[in-house]
Amino acid sequence: MRSAQEASEQAPETAPPPDCWQLFIGFLGLGLIGFGGVLPMARSMLVERRRWLTGDQFTELLGLCQFLPGGNVINLSVAVGLDFRGIPGATAALFGLIAGPTAVVVGLGVVYDRYSDDPMLQHFFSGLAAAAAGLLVATAVKMLMPLRSNIPALLVVALSVVAIAWVRLPLLPSMLVLAPLSIVLSWRFPAGAARR
Amino acid sequence: MNTLVALAVIFTQLSLLAFGGGNTILPEMQRQVVQVHGWMSAQEFSALFALAQAAPGPNMMVVPLVGWHVAGWPGLLVSSLAKFGPSSLLTGVVLGLWRRFKDRPWRRVVQSGLVPMTVGLVAASAILITLATDHSWGLFLITGVVAAASLMTRLHPLWLLAGGALAGLAGLGAL
Repeated sequence: MRSAQEASEQAPETAPPPDCWQLFIGFLGLGLIGFGGVLPMARSMLVERRRWLTGDQFTELLGLCQFLPGGNVINLSVAVGLDFRGIPGATAALFGLIAGPTAVVVGLGVVYDRYSDDPMLQHFFSGLAAAAAGLLVATAVKMLMPLRSNIPALLVVALSVVAIAWVRLPLLPSMLVLAPLSIVLSWRFPAGAARR
Repeated sequence: MNTLVALAVIFTQLSLLAFGGGNTILPEMQRQVVQVHGWMSAQEFSALFALAQAAPGPNMMVVPLVGWHVAGWPGLLVSSLAKFGPSSLLTGVVLGLWRRFKDRPWRRVVQSGLVPMTVGLVAASAILITLATDHSWGLFLITGVVAAASLMTRLHPLWLLAGGALAGLAGLGAL
């Protein structure tokens, strides 16, 4: 449980373990600077600036956080907080991470609700929404590119799109079919073999 | 009260199904709040998603915003707790085990095996959000240009959002 803390006592390259308040402040800052995904900022905050973790510890914790459901940086805040200060630390880190952005989105929501009848602002927000959709399209394309020569993987992608976007099936039953299929096909036909 | 219970149930489920991050659960979130419960139109959902994208922080900030929009401050609290609580508990519980099983071969097989499904879910999100948002050719144009710019340049996403909003303000969306 305490391996990050133990390591930081032996290894000179990390700072002393943070207390709950420092965890809260550290993740509060992270929540407020990261636009369009906080992962790159998370590494620079935890490893380079505050030196709470070594690069290897960061990679190990991130591996867990990407493996489990939930946002990877959100899970990361919980794992880092828990490692250093137990449940109070995890709570402080998680709350720090989401408090700032929550205040900002609610502020934007108030503006949107109050002026949603104003035609100028309607145009502004529909342009904003179209741009946000564009960013999401780009994310999907970037994720799709590494799979482009892997036919079984593309089959799973296509099935997921049809089930969720076209037929509009509920997520839970779709995933109960798609997840095992995805795992078995990737295992039987790894990316390298399919390209040959 | 029933609304709060429904929000809790929806976001607890989404919390535990969000393999591969937040964008994979957008279609189900949209299906629940638009189709199943009729709390808002698909277009309003897209607008909330856009607001959340324009805010800093992790990319699941649409969750507290949806909760707030549907049921005010109690809605915000319930949906945030339901979305961030269960996955965080799971992370805490698995953290100890992780150091033992992270080097096992099956861990890598499962993790990389889920990638094609994750990509499919994000692609489905992109399609659904685009269709719900772009109700004119001008808006489709904005989406296309932003997507292309994001793929081909290293412009910060915030500039692309600002550019889209200004193009909308200039009347491009009404074309």
